[in-house]
Order: sequence, then C-alpha cells, then structure tokens
Amino acid sequence: MAHISLPDGLPGIIAGFALRPETAKPMRELAHILLHEPNTLAPGERELIATYVSSQNGCHFCQASHGAAATSHLGDAGLVEQVKTDFQSAPVTPKLKALLVIAGKVQRDGKLVTADDVERARAQGATDLEIHDTVLIAAAFSMYNRYVDGLGTWQPREPAMYADMGRQLAEHGYITPSRA
Amino acid sequence: MPHIALPEGLPGIRGAMAFRPETAKPLNELVEVLLRGPNTLTPGERELIATYVSSLNDCHYCQSIHGAIAAASLNGDEALVRRVKADFQHADISEKLKALLVIAGKVQRDGKRVTAEDVANARALGATDLEIHDTILIAAAFCMYNRYVDGLATTQPRDEALYRERGKVVAREGYIAVSKTYLPAEPVLR
Repeated sequence: MAHISLPDGLPGIIAGFALRPETAKPMRELAHILLHEPNTLAPGERELIATYVSSQNGCHFCQASHGAAATSHLGDAGLVEQVKTDFQSAPVTPKLKALLVIAGKVQRDGKLVTADDVERARAQGATDLEIHDTVLIAAAFSMYNRYVDGLGTWQPREPAMYADMGRQLAEHGYITPSRA
Repeated sequence: MPHIALPEGLPGIRGAMAFRPETAKPLNELVEVLLRGPNTLTPGERELIATYVSSLNDCHYCQSIHGAIAAASLNGDEALVRRVKADFQHADISEKLKALLVIAGKVQRDGKRVTAEDVANARALGATDLEIHDTILIAAAFCMYNRYVDGLATTQPRDEALYRERGKVVAREGYIAVSKTYLPAEPVLR
C-alpha cells in the first residue's frame, strides 16, 4: 500500500504525477527532453541508460517501463536484459559502454566520475553534450527512482502492462500523460 | 576543472544550466515549485530539507547555497542550519519537521527504506499527505541536483561569503527569476 493517499489504479510515477500536477509538469518535460527529443544519442540508447540506472537503484516500475521503452525502440528485449546485468559484454557500441560506466558512477555518487572515465568516452567519440546528457539522465533517474519507491507506489509485476506503456512512451514521449 | 567545457564564471549548477538551457528550464521550474511555491511548509523549512539531503550527499555547492537560502529565509540563523546538518534531532525546529527529515534521510539512501511507521510518525505530528509527498520529492530531487553538480565536476567555490550573498538574492527573488541572469532568453538551436 502506498504511504500516502494516491489516486486509485495508477501505477508507479503516474500516481505521483496525478496527485501533484504542479511538480509533474517539469518532471515530464525533463524526461521528454532527455529521452525523447532529437539527440545524437538515439532514443533507444538513452532509454538503456535510464533502464540501467533504474536497475542499479532497484526500482521495479522504472526499470520495467523504461526497459520496455528501450525494447520498443530497439526491438530486442534480450539486449535490454543484458545491458542491465552485464553491459560490458552486451552488443552495444564502445561509446555507449563508456557512457554507461559514467552513468553507473553518477548513480552511486557524482564525485566518483573521473577525468579518465570522461576521456575514455571522448576517445570513443562521445561529445560534451552526450556526456552532459548521460550525467543528467543518471542523476534524474536517481530522482525518479527514489520518488517512485519513496511514496510506496503500486508497481505491478505483469510484463504486459509495461510492454504497452513502453510502446506508448517510445512513440509519444513523456509530455502527454501516459495510460497504464 | 569541469569534465566538459562549461561556460566560465558560473559556479555549480549555474554553469551546467547555461551549457544546456533546454534542461535548465524544467530543472528551475521543479525547484521553484518545490521550495518556493504555495505550501503549508515554509520556504525555510523546505530549504532545510534540501540542505540536509545535499549535506548527506556531500555536495559542497548545493549544501552551501541552499544552506544560505535557508538561513536567509530564517532570519539569518546560520547556526540553526549548521545544527540541522549535524544533528537535526537536537535542533530548534518543530517535531513535525524532524519527522519529515527522517523520511528525507531515508529517501536520500533509497526510497524503499521509508517505512509505514516513519510516515505514521510524521502524520501523528501533523504532517499532511502533501507535505509528506513534497518531502519525498525534495529529497529525491536533490539526489538529482547533487549528482548533476558533482558528476560534471562543476566549479564549487569555498568562499562562504559568496554563498551568503547569493542566498539572500535567491531567497528574495526566486530560482526562475535569478536564472534569467545566466540563461539565454531564447532557446539555443542545436
């Protein structure tokens, strides 16, 4: 049961957003810009970063919904699972691996990111903007994950719900309220 | 030195925001609503929650600037801000705020640590659902801001006077208003 009275029948962050539209608006916009708007990193790559960080934080709702969005973009659920468990041996670009290293450090503590980590990402072709966005995606999911878990939101275990949600997020992004 | 080429002369999150005005907009809107919007928790109380979480995350820039904004909102009481960071259970704040700081401290580590008992304690001391919601989201949001500021290795000056002066300005004018002094008026085309 959720810690506070949340609107019935809405899973995860959707319930928090429905309770407090004033904070939902900037939170939706931030996710939309970071994950959905045009970027030199593909939406599928950015969703993988979000999924990986959510998985490191142990947030079921966020890793399932963003994992489904990543799957919808990339058409490969197995790849998403592999990125969560062992991205170094996953068939993703060396650049994305270097960015996932940075994201994993930000998830623990921003101060763990070293000049070497950033240099390695640059050597694989990462731009300053891609490094910035990777840091901010990892930081932002350190917020979304804590929000979803801290409220004790309902986080269904049925994969089918997340698959629908992932398709919708992949197609429309985050500004339009999503349906469960 | 910052990990990426951030605009010079803008410390902490301001350099990062000026680098990417598109994401700066919702980041400023969120902090404005959470810390300054209409609320039954005062701005000073909410700034104390933000300062406490930033101190647990050991983010020098965030705990200094939000500590200064908190002090400016609380009759300049810098000692109270220091006490809340070091040992809030013995600080001169309401029992309700102490119960909310317990929740904030758990969210800082992991949202799943918040228990029904923590929430019941806060409620017994008069906290409303919205106050509990906002406490959780302030704590979660500062886990983002802190990581953003530290993860880019932004410039974080050690001069306390700088934060004290800036804190007064932000407490008076707000986050969105002061952001106009360092963000471009029009979105940058990429």
